[in-house]
Amino acid sequence: MSPIWTILLIVIPLLGALLVAFDREEGAYQSAMRTMLFTLIPGLFMLYQFDYTMGSEYQGAASINWISDLGLKLSIGTDAIALLLIALTVLLGPIVVAASKTAITEDRRKYYAWLLVLQSAMVGVFAARDLMLFYICFEFTLLPMFVLIRCYGSTNRVAASTKFFLYTFTGSMMTLAGLMYVVYFVAQETGIWTLDIAMITSIAPRMPLDHQAWVLFAMLAGFAVKVPLFPVHTWLPLAHTEAPTAGSVILAGVLLKLGTYGLLRFAIPITPAAFIEYAPFIATLSVIGIIYAGLICWVQEDIKKLVAYSSVSHLGFCVLGLAALNVSGLSGSVLYMLSHGLSTGGLFLMIGFMYERYHTRDMRQVGGLASKMPVWSFFMVFFAMASVGLPGLNGFPSEVLCLIAAFQSDAAWTAAHEAGAWGTTLGPWFAVFAGTGMVIAAMYLLYMVGKICFGAYREPEGHHAHEVLPTDLSRREIWTLIPLAVGCLVFGLRPVYLLDAVSDPINDTVIAAYENQHHELHIETNEEHAMTEHSTSEQHP
Amino acid sequence: MIEKLSFIIPELILFIATCMVMVTGQWPVRAIRQFTPWIAAVALVAAGMIATMTPSDPNALFPNMIPYAKFIIAFVGLILLVNLTGTVDRDLEDDVDKGKPFLPLRSTGAEFYAFFLFSLTGLMLTASADDLIWLFLALELTSLPTYIMVAISTHKNASREAAVKYFFLGALGAAIFLYGFALIYGAAGSTNLAQIAEHFAHNDLGTLGLAGILLSLMGLSFKIAAIPMHFYTPDVYQGAAAPVSAMLAFVPKAAGFLAIIAIVATVGWNEYGRLPTTVESLIWIMACITMFVGNTLALLQNSVKRMLAYSSIAHSGYMLVGVLAGPGHAGAPFYRNGIAAILFYLLCYGVMTIGVFAVLGAIEKKDREGNPEEADDIEDLRGLCKTHPVLGWTVVICALSMLGFPPLLGFVGKLGLFAAGVSAKQIPIVIVLGINSAIAAVYYLRLVAVAYLDKGDRPQQAVNLSPYMSRRLAGACSAIGVIALLVIAQPLVDAALTAAKFNGPSRIDHNQADHELESDEHASVFVSDPAHEE
Repeated sequence: MSPIWTILLIVIPLLGALLVAFDREEGAYQSAMRTMLFTLIPGLFMLYQFDYTMGSEYQGAASINWISDLGLKLSIGTDAIALLLIALTVLLGPIVVAASKTAITEDRRKYYAWLLVLQSAMVGVFAARDLMLFYICFEFTLLPMFVLIRCYGSTNRVAASTKFFLYTFTGSMMTLAGLMYVVYFVAQETGIWTLDIAMITSIAPRMPLDHQAWVLFAMLAGFAVKVPLFPVHTWLPLAHTEAPTAGSVILAGVLLKLGTYGLLRFAIPITPAAFIEYAPFIATLSVIGIIYAGLICWVQEDIKKLVAYSSVSHLGFCVLGLAALNVSGLSGSVLYMLSHGLSTGGLFLMIGFMYERYHTRDMRQVGGLASKMPVWSFFMVFFAMASVGLPGLNGFPSEVLCLIAAFQSDAAWTAAHEAGAWGTTLGPWFAVFAGTGMVIAAMYLLYMVGKICFGAYREPEGHHAHEVLPTDLSRREIWTLIPLAVGCLVFGLRPVYLLDAVSDPINDTVIAAYENQHHELHIETNEEHAMTEHSTSEQHP
Repeated sequence: MIEKLSFIIPELILFIATCMVMVTGQWPVRAIRQFTPWIAAVALVAAGMIATMTPSDPNALFPNMIPYAKFIIAFVGLILLVNLTGTVDRDLEDDVDKGKPFLPLRSTGAEFYAFFLFSLTGLMLTASADDLIWLFLALELTSLPTYIMVAISTHKNASREAAVKYFFLGALGAAIFLYGFALIYGAAGSTNLAQIAEHFAHNDLGTLGLAGILLSLMGLSFKIAAIPMHFYTPDVYQGAAAPVSAMLAFVPKAAGFLAIIAIVATVGWNEYGRLPTTVESLIWIMACITMFVGNTLALLQNSVKRMLAYSSIAHSGYMLVGVLAGPGHAGAPFYRNGIAAILFYLLCYGVMTIGVFAVLGAIEKKDREGNPEEADDIEDLRGLCKTHPVLGWTVVICALSMLGFPPLLGFVGKLGLFAAGVSAKQIPIVIVLGINSAIAAVYYLRLVAVAYLDKGDRPQQAVNLSPYMSRRLAGACSAIGVIALLVIAQPLVDAALTAAKFNGPSRIDHNQADHELESDEHASVFVSDPAHEE
């Protein structure tokens, strides 16, 4: 695969952003839409040209030196996991633009320009093969999102955007410090200051366990905030509630996945021993998140807040799958990243469409919409079911895989380490508690659907019909939903397509993690061995 | 003595220009008066170009410091000059427009440009100092003109108050570090920096030497605006005209850091790259408190100049991390060389901070009597991207860069400090640096949000462009610089690394050496492994 497609995916939105920024105010939507549709071409080419049989090798690699004294290079390349996440990003692009057509009425140039910049930064994160390009793009996603929430959000937008920026920026400064330490360690071992991810992941696991633990926690500081894991999730409901529809869709669809992607790409390969050591801790946090956020959802009256908290709950499963650290867990997790983007993205779109018509998100004020808006209600029920995990839709296979992984985690563990295994692993208890999360999800989502779609029709006082939009969904709105719905169905009915595509890189990640953990163990035991040998030789001459 | 002349040709050029500027600045013919800044500009360009050709001085502690240091001084000085043009004599030239005769007695233009060049001459001399006396004189030559520039920069009493405050504290600072220099001389028996370094490398620092170093650092903390002598910064920056504040943010800070590097280098780093414990803990505490005080107090400010003053304090704290890291072993790469990181960061800091000050100078509002007054309140910047796009975007880009937002210039600079700190095993201070970057995000974001994003919720005073075209130009130059220097960062980083090559003796420190060996087995890899040198 030629690197030109990835480069195009990064460059086209940037050029489009320039075009939109200097275009007429009226033409902004058209230009943004054209740019987003245009990026579909290289995106589809990549999906088509990618050689899925090549294992976990990076394809379409290219790199430019920037500041070699600091090891700064700009190098790109994709494997199957990155490719699928890029595909999700590219797919969501036109959808969010289409969803903003009537919602955003003023200052459109700024809006669409930043949306395009965000698109490019997100592709950059997944395509980065170099630590610093990853970090730069990872951070750069903050700025467009900050602008989108700050300028186009609802009433409490200033607080929401500030909280969003500061939480994530603080976390990622810690991540930067941790990653710098890793780079320094690699420099000590090899004599080369390099930020190349492949090089780092091959050397860094040699770190002693306590160093690995510090690095892991530094990385968690950045990635867990982004996911978000339980104690640091408080920015998310606020940001989601205040963001414009497109912002929420991107946030739920792609930005949250940067955290889990970071854990998968960096935390596991760089600090395997510490990750295995602290897996129960991470898993506990995610299980608490699953149950706690689920219970919060149950008492929400604000429908957007409900879906936002459901994201916290759902991504708990995703992290649980990572913490299980076996093939089914990682596959489930990657599947979850993709399917959550489709179903929750869809839910946020539905809420956005409703909000445009009724100007409220309060379930006490709106209800029984099935009689007035049957098409809307159909899609609402559909995406809610996908989110609940109805078999046949996309939520089911990924959730089940994550749970099975948590169940089997100790079996895989024992198989991997017959002798000398240390640390504890996940076990059935984690799966049992996480499983209640599925039940809770069914409760709150069905409760929401029941209240808002069925029952007697309620509308807020002083409600007028929208000047432009019809009562039910317009054709444009239906077309924005159809790709997501089709995606949900395909992923739900044939998850094998995706699992096959990502199986090689996931297998390699798991194997490398256990081998490298063993490697670290090996050094430790060697030292201990040498010490004990010395003492025992005195005792037993 | 005569061979020293080859190292100070740039200073001589600036000195000649100073003399010319003194005369042309109050020439009765207007065209010649207006030609004055051009003389200074030509001199700066010439000085910068000649500085890059300066031969290396094998006897100095940093043999190749001069080319890079003087080049960035001339480069940033040029942006400063563009920014400063026309600050004084505005009323006078208005009167001349109305047909009144030019009164040289009322004019301060000549002095203003002359003092500016004097100050830069002093700064360049600091870079080439190899002797305590020379260092002291150079530092004073840097600072003395700035006191007067603060006083004459506006007609307001606030400027005079600021100047007096600045002068007295400056005199106190100078007295303290002069005392320190004297004690160092007492301990080492020489005023030559290389000889002092030689002495301290083989002898214990002793109470006298230690007291000398500590007092010098304390006095120099006035120049870099760090704890414990940072109190003047917000008042002085607010009292002076914005272009002069921009100059205060860069010129004395650069002089202070060059002097601190020289003084700390005499004590030297041991073979594990550590300073003596006492000096190290002192700088550690200084850096830590400076960062926290600067950033937390900046959060509370509504005046942009005060905010930038506290941010200037915080940035000094960041750069002190580089002093802690030290130059590393011989031939250390950039990521290990904290001194190179400081030298590079000075350039980044100069370029990005001037941008915001230039914008403040480029807009004005009416005060109570209806006289034009520089914008200072953060509300004055509201919606600037809409009303004056170039100025607004300058604020946005420079503030984001100061925040260390990737991939802007400030991020690359901070990355150098991060890397140097981590490689020198100064992990705790690097974490403090990280935390502080996050705190700083709050107030820099406020600048970005006010200028670009937020609509006002209270009626704001009308803000107009001030008649200084040059300040808009300076602002645009620094905003472009923040992005353009990224592209050519590689040669700059290389030059900073060359400049920071440490030629001094490695301090032999038996107690610490044993301690290091126990605590860490990796350090020896760094010292002995030649594979690091690419």
